[in-house]
Amino acid sequence: MKSTDCEGKKIRCRSLCIDGTKYRTTLHKKYQKRGPWSKHEKNKVYSFIPGTILKVFVKEGQCVRKGDNLLILEAMKMQNLIKSPVEGIVKSLNVQGGTKVPKGKLMVELGFGQSANTS
Amino acid sequence: MGLKRKILELHKKREEVLKGGGDKAIEKQAAMGKMTARERIISLCDPDSFHEYDLFVEHEAKDFDMDKKVLHGDGVIIGTGTIYGAPVCLFAQDFTVAGGSLGMMHARKITKIMDHALKMKVPLIGINDSGGARIQEGVNSLAGYGEIFFRNTLSSGVIPQISVILGPCAGGAVYSPALTDFVFVVDKISKMFITGPEVIRTVLGEEISMEDLGGARVHSEITGNAHFFAKSEADCFDQIKKLISFIPWNNMKKATRFEPREPKPEYKISDIVPGDPRQPYDVRDVIKAIADDSDFFEIQELWASNMVIGFGRMNGETIGFVANQPLVLAGVLDVDSSDKAARFIRFCNAFNIPIITLVDLPGYLPGIDQEHAGVIRHGAKVLYAYSEATVAKMTVILRKAYGGGYIAMSSRHLRADFVFAWPTAEIAVMGPEGAANIIFRREIMESKDPDKTRKQKVKEYKEKFANPYVAAARGYVDSVIEPEETRKLLLHAIEVSGNKSVFLPNKKHGIPPF
Repeated sequence: MKSTDCEGKKIRCRSLCIDGTKYRTTLHKKYQKRGPWSKHEKNKVYSFIPGTILKVFVKEGQCVRKGDNLLILEAMKMQNLIKSPVEGIVKSLNVQGGTKVPKGKLMVELGFGQSANTS
Repeated sequence: MGLKRKILELHKKREEVLKGGGDKAIEKQAAMGKMTARERIISLCDPDSFHEYDLFVEHEAKDFDMDKKVLHGDGVIIGTGTIYGAPVCLFAQDFTVAGGSLGMMHARKITKIMDHALKMKVPLIGINDSGGARIQEGVNSLAGYGEIFFRNTLSSGVIPQISVILGPCAGGAVYSPALTDFVFVVDKISKMFITGPEVIRTVLGEEISMEDLGGARVHSEITGNAHFFAKSEADCFDQIKKLISFIPWNNMKKATRFEPREPKPEYKISDIVPGDPRQPYDVRDVIKAIADDSDFFEIQELWASNMVIGFGRMNGETIGFVANQPLVLAGVLDVDSSDKAARFIRFCNAFNIPIITLVDLPGYLPGIDQEHAGVIRHGAKVLYAYSEATVAKMTVILRKAYGGGYIAMSSRHLRADFVFAWPTAEIAVMGPEGAANIIFRREIMESKDPDKTRKQKVKEYKEKFANPYVAAARGYVDSVIEPEETRKLLLHAIEVSGNKSVFLPNKKHGIPPF
């Protein structure tokens, strides 16, 4: 085989394992760039769309029930009311009114199980 | 007024309109390293073959002082011409006139030539260079886009449609190219996106240049929206002409036949593929060793390059080649490569182009990202495309053909007409390592030296199943052939497939896993 690609750059082969067999091959950019997977954690509220935080209803340390309003995330001219997915305590609040958030930002992190006692 | 004066008047009117957006705007266009719309059409068509229509079309917009503005030809050129003698319909947006913005009459000119192309059954080439919708014309401009998309869809599979992106092509405008068969882009000139850097900055606060967001490289390497990448406009026009030479005028015709030629002697088919199935090689060299004049015109070269697709000729006839590329990701099927192959197979089938498939793949790419990206649905596209294709289908299994990959790559079971296998072929339910680990799990676990037993069992499995003869014994492979015989047999297969006719169940249309 030729040791250069169409643009004359040297080709560096690597190993790729499929069904127990290791193949010598190259890995394209998109494959190399793929991100790691992580399990979805229910107590972490991420922005599902880029936008602006219009209003925050809770404070750090506050207890919330499942379904309580956390904040309003405005995106694409729509005001999205974000509710608490679990019962718990607001462990960290990473946004405030006016904050612009990208997609996938951790906005609120909730701690489990203390609300019943403290509220 | 005498005839002469009237003719003079026509000349004057023409001259005026042919100025487009005027000298200043033309200078600006040149400063951006871009040709004007008319220069582009002239470079693309055979000399003196282009004829323009609707030169004197004017817009009707009145709001926002538009009634005081003259926009020559309403910012688009339409007409007919020939490329290597093949008739084509063309439109080219003129960026020098109101930024090539699309108003109602601009769109009407485009749809007029699109209707013409569909009626006359000739290829349509659209050159896009436009700032987008003409905002002053409001919903009329949107209506224009919709009328274009509708015609793109109607023409799909009837006439070849080619989009050339030679400037910005943003917002809704990108959907016309997306609906066409081939998209050409030029480095540093083409820009395609739905929402531009401006919107991204205001909404996300993220800074990105047009080039990084939707430049020619992005669409050629990452998104797969573009099929052909060129370094310059001149290079791009050469590629378009070459493509036109490979494809038929419409779905009722065959592509023009060329003088048959032997492959170049430097491509020695027996020397390309290593015997060890774990070692890579460039499958394009195999195609070049088979195709006339070793001429292979690759499509989407930079995207999903673990699958190779493109046109070549055999005995002068256009052939679509589909091949796994062991040089990249070991040639696996994945989301992107399935998408790429399936669409190409459907193009070939729609336009009567026989398909040669070269198989050498270990299976599907394992990974969470692949599963979550829907590799099931995307992988199914390949099965669908091969199964519904009624053109002549020839398959050559060079080395590995394992599991689902074997079935997908134009196997006998999806009605390949001819299946050839080299003696190096390994047609099996999975690779020897994986298979031995499952079948002999207990024996391996219970043995004193599991590693040694595993190796022994893998060897046994390899000897028994990693060959083409098990499949040949069932007639799944028609013939086990020497690499040297490949071209001869393929030429023969194409020759005897000339009258192939297959009838599929009557239906409105199938429902491929889009």
